[in-house]
Amino acid sequence: MPDPAPTPAAPIPFPLLLVAELSYVCPLHCPYCSNPTGIVGARRSAELPTADWTRVFREASALGVLQLALTGGEPLLRRDLEELCSASRDAGLYSTLVTSALPALDTRVEALRDAGLDHVQVSIQHADRERSDVIGGAVSFDAKLAAARAVRELGMPLTINVVLHRDNLDDVDEIIELAAGLGARRLELANTQYHGWAAVNKQALMPTRAQVERGERIVEAARERLGARMEILWVLPDHFEDLPKPCMGGWGSDAIIIDPTGRVLPCQSAATLPGLPVERVTDSSLEQVWFDSELFNRYRGHAWMQEPCRSCPLGRQDVDHGGCRCQAFALTGDAAATDPVCHLSPHHAALVADRDRILAAAEKNERPPYRYRTTSARQS
Amino acid sequence: MSAADATRRPTLASGVRLHRDTVRERDVLLFPEGALVLNETAAEVLALCDGERTVAQIAAVLSERYGGADLLADVVELLDGIVAEGLMDRDDDA
Repeated sequence: MPDPAPTPAAPIPFPLLLVAELSYVCPLHCPYCSNPTGIVGARRSAELPTADWTRVFREASALGVLQLALTGGEPLLRRDLEELCSASRDAGLYSTLVTSALPALDTRVEALRDAGLDHVQVSIQHADRERSDVIGGAVSFDAKLAAARAVRELGMPLTINVVLHRDNLDDVDEIIELAAGLGARRLELANTQYHGWAAVNKQALMPTRAQVERGERIVEAARERLGARMEILWVLPDHFEDLPKPCMGGWGSDAIIIDPTGRVLPCQSAATLPGLPVERVTDSSLEQVWFDSELFNRYRGHAWMQEPCRSCPLGRQDVDHGGCRCQAFALTGDAAATDPVCHLSPHHAALVADRDRILAAAEKNERPPYRYRTTSARQS
Repeated sequence: MSAADATRRPTLASGVRLHRDTVRERDVLLFPEGALVLNETAAEVLALCDGERTVAQIAAVLSERYGGADLLADVVELLDGIVAEGLMDRDDDA
């Protein structure tokens, strides 16, 4: 069989989404946080100042970005958040605040709305107050509900976001009822992806297959029941899959992430990959980084792919783009390898063995306590 | 199409915005985590949906722009589609 012909370089699309991580600091300490684990002694003074963010919003809009996610850490810790919402609106971006609701979203949301904020996404850890607070590592549940109600009273669209794992999957029904009762337009039920702190806590968080299957059935039934009243997103846990997810819709194809210190990245975990060139919004324009940087071009197209991706028998090169680069690196030590979630990966058997070992321990109720996310240098 | 359709005063649902995407040279509706690409006519209709004009008035404005054709049925059909997407409220007659 001849070698596959080289793929003609496809034109680089314009980006649609800018994820602005405004601060690494967070009042919550969720053990599944997707932020990198290496952030210790996160200094507020190292955060990108207002003027750089507002310039970046204009650059993003000129580059074709339509949606802006204001996230963190916790974006409410920024005292200039109203100014940033206003800059987003001036740039023509549709803004979503992705928040724990602490501190004090309930009393601040009206000013944020008036400044130009379009949509609020509040995380909840569980439908039960005590258990939600335990998972989040902070007393927060009542404040979340108060904030969600304040959002709805203003008539703003509300999304509730819940990261699912062993300790809340059995309560998906109650979570759906809670979100519907709050008047959420969308509910994101995202099973934990094992990056960042979630990788550290994999043994405590990984659900059983029965839990996942039951959750899936409950979501299906709720979709039938609620219809258009509330959209429910269900993100599968990929340790139970044998085909990888199209991470970020493909490297450098939809999204730009900017971390709190101004680094520009193709995905939220990309900073964990070794040997990637660093790009900063203070050194180059977003347009230069998007089109011309080695960082954003490294895993575009197919030329970088190895076997089995290179000659994928399933024709999925443009479907899943080889899966997640960060997971490939975390599990194989090679960021250009096929994501081991793929059953064709030579590392897939090891991923399955690791999962089954964790699940066997879970059956016997052997589980470590959470290691809570922290950005202070004192713990761990 | 019922008689009530023509007297509704449609407006986009809260959190939904009409936006000119100058990079891709097209009009879109922006909403939480998404965008709907509009053709030129749809964008024209939605730009007229200010909660003041009735559907009949919107159709009349367009009719004037396009040489007097009766566009009421087309406008109603388009708006029904936007309602079905959850981007416009059904019971929005003022």
